[in-house]
Amino acid sequence: MVASRAIGILRRFSNASRTLRCPGYICRNFTRSSALLSRTHINYGLKGDVAVVRINSPNSKVNTLNKELQAEFIEVMNEIWANDQVRSAVLISAKPGCFVAGADINMIASCKTPEEVRELSQEGQRMFEKLEKSTKPIVAAISGSCLGGGLELAISCQYRIATKDKKTVLGVPEVLLGLLPGAGGTQRLPKLVSIPSAFDMMLTGRNIRADRAKRMGLVDQLVEPLGPGIKPPEERTVEYLEEVAVTFAKGLADKKISLKRNKGLMERLTSFAMSIPFVREQVYKRVEEQVRKQTKGLYPAPLRIIDVVKTGLEQGKEAGYLAESQKFGELAMTKESKALIGLYHGQVVCKKNKFGTPQKEVKHLSVLGAGLMGAGIAQVSVDKGIKTTLKDATLGGLSRGQQQVFKGLNDKVKKKALTSFERDFIFSNLTGQLDYQGFEKSDMVIEAVFEDLNLKHKVLKEVEAVIPEHCIFASNTSALPINEIAAVSKRPEKVIGMHYFSPVDKMQLLEIITTEKTSKDTSASAVAVGLRQGKVIIVVKDGPGFYTTRCLAPMMSEVLRILQEGVGPKKLDSLTTSFGFPVGAATLVDEVGVDVAKHVSEDLGKAFGERFGGGSPELLKQMVSKGFLGRKSGKGFYVYQEGVKSKNLNSDMDSVLAGLQMPPKAEVSSDEDIQYRLVTRFVNEAALCLQEGILATPAEGDIGAVFGLGFPPCLGGPFRFVDLFGAQKVVDRLRKYEAAYGKQFTPCQLLIDHANSPNKKFYQ
Amino acid sequence: MTSILTYTFKTLPSTSQWAFRFSIRPLSCSSQLQAAPAAQPKSKKTLAKPNLRNIVVVDGVRIPFLLSGTSYKDLMPHDLARAALSGLLQRTSVPKEVVDYIIFGTVIQEVKTSNVAREAALGAGFSDKTPAHTVTMACISSNQAMTTGVGLIASGQSDVVVAGGVELMSDIPIRHSRKMRKMMLDLNKAKTLGQRLSLISKFRLNFLAPELPAVAEFSTNETMGHSADRLAAAFAVSRLEQDEYALRSHSLAKKAQDEGLLSDVVPFKVPGRDTVTKDNGIRPSSLEQMGKLKPAFVKPYGTVTAANSSFLTDGASAMLIMAEEKALAMGYKPKAYLRDFVYVSQDPKDQLLLGPTYATPKVLEKAGLTMNDIDAFEFHEAFSGQILANFKAMDSDWFAQNYMGRKAKVGAPPLEKFNNWGGSLSLGHPFGATGCRLVMAAAHRLRKEGGQFGLVAACAAGGQGHAMIVEAYPK
Repeated sequence: MVASRAIGILRRFSNASRTLRCPGYICRNFTRSSALLSRTHINYGLKGDVAVVRINSPNSKVNTLNKELQAEFIEVMNEIWANDQVRSAVLISAKPGCFVAGADINMIASCKTPEEVRELSQEGQRMFEKLEKSTKPIVAAISGSCLGGGLELAISCQYRIATKDKKTVLGVPEVLLGLLPGAGGTQRLPKLVSIPSAFDMMLTGRNIRADRAKRMGLVDQLVEPLGPGIKPPEERTVEYLEEVAVTFAKGLADKKISLKRNKGLMERLTSFAMSIPFVREQVYKRVEEQVRKQTKGLYPAPLRIIDVVKTGLEQGKEAGYLAESQKFGELAMTKESKALIGLYHGQVVCKKNKFGTPQKEVKHLSVLGAGLMGAGIAQVSVDKGIKTTLKDATLGGLSRGQQQVFKGLNDKVKKKALTSFERDFIFSNLTGQLDYQGFEKSDMVIEAVFEDLNLKHKVLKEVEAVIPEHCIFASNTSALPINEIAAVSKRPEKVIGMHYFSPVDKMQLLEIITTEKTSKDTSASAVAVGLRQGKVIIVVKDGPGFYTTRCLAPMMSEVLRILQEGVGPKKLDSLTTSFGFPVGAATLVDEVGVDVAKHVSEDLGKAFGERFGGGSPELLKQMVSKGFLGRKSGKGFYVYQEGVKSKNLNSDMDSVLAGLQMPPKAEVSSDEDIQYRLVTRFVNEAALCLQEGILATPAEGDIGAVFGLGFPPCLGGPFRFVDLFGAQKVVDRLRKYEAAYGKQFTPCQLLIDHANSPNKKFYQ
Repeated sequence: MTSILTYTFKTLPSTSQWAFRFSIRPLSCSSQLQAAPAAQPKSKKTLAKPNLRNIVVVDGVRIPFLLSGTSYKDLMPHDLARAALSGLLQRTSVPKEVVDYIIFGTVIQEVKTSNVAREAALGAGFSDKTPAHTVTMACISSNQAMTTGVGLIASGQSDVVVAGGVELMSDIPIRHSRKMRKMMLDLNKAKTLGQRLSLISKFRLNFLAPELPAVAEFSTNETMGHSADRLAAAFAVSRLEQDEYALRSHSLAKKAQDEGLLSDVVPFKVPGRDTVTKDNGIRPSSLEQMGKLKPAFVKPYGTVTAANSSFLTDGASAMLIMAEEKALAMGYKPKAYLRDFVYVSQDPKDQLLLGPTYATPKVLEKAGLTMNDIDAFEFHEAFSGQILANFKAMDSDWFAQNYMGRKAKVGAPPLEKFNNWGGSLSLGHPFGATGCRLVMAAAHRLRKEGGQFGLVAACAAGGQGHAMIVEAYPK
């Protein structure tokens, strides 16, 4: 029973490993060389017999655990322990919105050997163990993010009080960076919360909000955030948190407050079950099975976490600490960890607006077309407080779109992320209409009408007739070149491409496409809107297929060829997912839509010629003519039925594939070759995009590939992959396939350059 | 000199509970100097406006306010309202047929008497030709009833209006669950036995779970006590300050009761029980006793307790409002004028109970008065913490500038003129009926103490608020 609950929780793991949400490691380049004359990270004062220790990393919005901070912290704690006037302590951050966001990621990245990292881990373990054993009770007063090393610090204290704020999140996201909680977290967490919950936290890296943390036993008390009073709300809330924490610290020192927590029935049952070795053994087994199934063995960190927790629980604390620090050291040196950390850095860059602040904030957004994309764009806009008008040509289409937005919000209510009142309030930001009434108030129009150049031209002209001078026209298209759309515009400097990915509310990427005529302010405004919508943004130059679609197309062409060579869709799917793609290649075609794939491959085929060849276009044509459009029509390579989870092959496809069969070439048809044929074509095209200046930086290329197209996160994106795998090896592979298939695999100049000079890296 | 003193005191650390007392003391001292009745120069001689009818309160009454679950517990809301109306008839001897309109305020509605004003009026023997309607605006429902009446008279639609309010917390409408209701309604429509049986077969035990009226704010899901505790914390109001204020309220109420100052109370012969003559929630205790109580909402470290909050109350009030010329023509000697009033509203989450802070400067501005012109303050006391937080907000330039869009603070009311005969904390707070009590208390205090202007203010659920100026009728 308990085991099955644990598994249920773990089911969400694969998603979490694919997307980095809020890593607990924060990068800070600030280092201090001067001697420790005065403390810059930690200070403390006395409130009666309670020492209030305030953490405040200098020159940063967040607190990070680094060597200086640790040294000062130990110094302060030693003073507190030595001071007879102090009977208890409160640990609090001087920064609003952040307790401790994690350990300094550069501190780990700069280590050259596993031993160095192990040493770091052991230092942390020693420090936190001292805290845990403190005879003077220590209360952690948490407001804002308490992640990674920050949470490990908090759970070493005797008591935790957190503000019940949306900003207050607790978690151990190390796994998302290919690491494990390396400062005693793997040992303390399973004891503080139940073993299944601890596994869930460590294996998914999920953020836990304060109220849930209280229910789990992760924090002991909650403090409600305050409204305006004698001071600004945030300031006074932190002050109040401190006041409350001080009374609790006093209470603990006076033994008036007990450290024991009243556990619920379920919790008591769970902890009883976990005291039986046999049950524990089953849990480890099931968790490991689940992890293996979901990670396909591509991510070493989750398995190490299970190992380390198991060692600690079965062989005692000492063994657990040792295992933790050793595995931490090993993990920090893995390619996977380097790839994931690289993605994290890239994500940070892509969350910034490099064009600066736009002249005019977009307050009123209009979306044309209430289809899947249009409604999705509206949904992510209204819930950020942007007044949004959704326009469609028909009442039926419009109500479908409005219902999609409502459902998206209502699902959040069901998950208790919103109250029904908040939902209604947010939904009131949306207006639906069939005409252009009120467009004179729009600051930005995003069109998401059908992908047809003539139609896009028509709406562009209609819209330009009604919108004000400053209004930006953005086109959501996956392949139509923006300059062609802008050709009929009276003010091409206000035209830009905003390529969203479906489903818009789930996919984090936004690809922004600028033409030569697009003004800087237009770009700044588009990026600002995207960031408000919570997107990770890459900005690319205009060209057929931009960046993402252009990389995907040759890979898709290869998918068709592989299928024509007689590899079944199921086999192909398993080959791609076991390489780390979240969705199998054949399934991906079904999801994207066969007609869309055909459209794109024809367009890009015309633009790029032979390089985009491979599989026969006839395959897609026949599928479209038979109505096998993929998931949306119920049939593609697979058969889709409402409410049926298991996918069955579409048997009608057998004859289609048989008719178009090509003889496989034995020398390039091993499982591994098939995987590399797909990946190298992708990587080669990505490198070409960088070479041609479509992409500005490799980091954006990696983020786009991983967040938009599902490129394996464990490889870190096409450019990180070349760096870690070796450019020479990639070129060798390409040459091998080139020999078999010709031009489609000819490596681009940039890759050849990298192969020729081994010191050349995309990331220095 | 005083201003220097005031300044010095204001710079004291505001977290100390003494600072609060000091910071209002100098204010009250200075105003007390000028407060000698009649000697005080007012900004205006009267608030009468040219071309506008003067509206007067002829008199107002209320039945004793009782802790819910006591003597009124077997009655229905309209019974209480009836008793108040009968009391008013008796006190004023107004001929029933001259009453043009009747308006009552109520919050928790008894479903059988959703227009409780009409049922009570019929039952109290008013003319069946007099229309009546019910208004609801949380704790300022009877204020809304009064001001609706003021509107009817000012616009010439009516000359004589009865306004009042009622609340019976001893009995509240507890409903069947939505699923159960749906099934019962469907059963009503079912035509054949088969249809009925198939409906009944869908019955599940959880259909029987009852649905209570919400105690929490609908928009935020937060109970008012919880919000009050957060408000007190935001303004750094200590537990001791709150207990002291509550004790003051109970002590003053007791004194007023003993001295017979609460003359608006009319006795009520409860059917089957003894005649109720006095409010029964007044219980002056000691700070030690109050200090022992555990927090009621924010557990375990909050500051709002049962002792420093208003309690659930049953009660009703009613008031006779007329155009001045009508009252004089009928030979009445009115008690007070109802003058300028405002309604305000703000954020229902973090500023739920700050209505008086927003309403006070606005109504003063509207009337052309200053805080110094006010001789009697009657504020609704929902919680000690709420009153004290409002004082601090009114006394804060920072708050006025950042949240109210005003240049400067309005200042806290001097405690010497504030709720001198007790307040909702001690007298009780039947949600729908408190407004009329506040106005009558202000009117009676002005007559007794010789003042001219009274300020009535209250907060209400939904983040709303109200304030009104009451001017004493010249003797």
